[in-house]
Amino acid sequence: MKFLISLHINPAVMDALTDEEKAAIGHGHGEFIEALKASGELITTQALADPAQAAVVTVRNGQPVVTDGPFLEAKEYLGGFYLIDCEDKERAIALAALIPDTAIEGLGVEVRQVMFADGHLEA
Amino acid sequence: MTAPDFEDLLRALTPQVLGTLVRRYGRFEGCEDAVQEAVLAATVQWPSEGMPDNPHGWLVTVAARRLIDQLRRDRARRERESATAAEVVPPEVPDTDDTLVLLFLCCHPTLTAASRTALTLRAVGGLTTAEIARAFLVPEATMAARISRAKQRIRAAGSSFALPDGAEREERLRVVLHVLYLIFNEGYTATSGPELHRPDLAREAIRLTRTVHAQLPGDDEVTGLLALMLLTHARREARTTPAGDLVPLDEQDRKTWDRALIDEGVALVEAALAGPTLGPYQLQAAIAATHADAATAEETNWPQVHALYLILERIAPNPMVTLNRAIALAETDGPAAGLALLSALDGDGRMAGHHRLLSVRAHLLEKAGDPAGAHEHYRRAAKATASLAERRYLEARASRTRQAPGS
Repeated sequence: MKFLISLHINPAVMDALTDEEKAAIGHGHGEFIEALKASGELITTQALADPAQAAVVTVRNGQPVVTDGPFLEAKEYLGGFYLIDCEDKERAIALAALIPDTAIEGLGVEVRQVMFADGHLEA
Repeated sequence: MTAPDFEDLLRALTPQVLGTLVRRYGRFEGCEDAVQEAVLAATVQWPSEGMPDNPHGWLVTVAARRLIDQLRRDRARRERESATAAEVVPPEVPDTDDTLVLLFLCCHPTLTAASRTALTLRAVGGLTTAEIARAFLVPEATMAARISRAKQRIRAAGSSFALPDGAEREERLRVVLHVLYLIFNEGYTATSGPELHRPDLAREAIRLTRTVHAQLPGDDEVTGLLALMLLTHARREARTTPAGDLVPLDEQDRKTWDRALIDEGVALVEAALAGPTLGPYQLQAAIAATHADAATAEETNWPQVHALYLILERIAPNPMVTLNRAIALAETDGPAAGLALLSALDGDGRMAGHHRLLSVRAHLLEKAGDPAGAHEHYRRAAKATASLAERRYLEARASRTRQAPGS
């Protein structure tokens, strides 16, 4: 079963962390990626650029209109994701619990099952 | 020989060649890699250079060479003597079909279901890692890591290359059958279009189950599983529209059902039921055979379907079976009886909010003349499913049961 583990970041929370804490998060993600690769459960992971760079695209009367993002007006934004393929939802949740963000108040880690997949998976 | 013939032959030979190698050299892990390389070499060489006179011998020779090369490299890397591995004189081994032994090994209890299916498809089914990866819609690197991890686990468990005995054998065979059943089902849960060239896992599962059946013709559950697969596969063309939409059993065009598969499946299930042991696969096959026997949905022998679910519920209690029995009961005793049976499932934690419970309740409410209740449950079921085809189907049902405003 495929699941998307999305990482919701709150910049204020991130800014309040010490350098050691930030390094520990980076290290924790590195270990998590290696473990998922070794077990054959990682499909891909991507981290996204800052939401300040986001462009929101709408089409009105056939004309595209681009405004500065992000689209959602929230404290948190989507920072990145893991796409995994594992045994069941229980396993996906157990894996998500290994992500360092889960231990930090104000950062969100969300697990959702994938319903449809297409495209080149090696990208 | 055409390319598909080559492939069929290679797949049939893969477990035999692997068995020969493991009996000679031990080291399942290394042998499995070597056989995979030999099979890849054959797919390149045979079509252009012609088939060798003894394909089995050719594959054994090539795989053994690869294995010995690998053992030498391993030894060199460990800075030890480099020649000894090649000097190992392989013991003479009797010419036996090791497919069953390999299946038991690939379905080892220490592995997850996902690893068992992947390893079985490679070591016994003869599929390449790339093909298995495509079948499960994951990157090849992901599947390669999974297979490699599975083999490490088997080695760590210290498993011997032999059939387990007695009760353990029986228990392990159930796991093997479950893995074959999972591979078959995976063939029916395509989450994307056929243009991806996914290998036909349903066909592959049938082929592997035929092999097990040929080795264990007296096992009623093996016979039952093969019958269940054939009877289900017979309805393959009818169960989706060309656009990929699901067609429920009662709306399927029964003329498109594959009669040859049905005849074979029915004969198998009759043979199994006449045998000494009764099991869940035989009963599910018997239910499928009952449906296959009805020329139209209206002619379905629902009392028999219900009776079979009742026995299945007794020997293998499971809320999904009760759910299916409720559908049959609604046909024999009316929707209210079916709904009453469903309410017994509401307290079952495994079923709470399950899309199947919601959709069956919706279906029975619709039959009971409660379109508002049906609409509500179809909508909730559509939100609960993780299958796109199922969601489209449930949403269409929800629209159909929506009442016009003011009516």
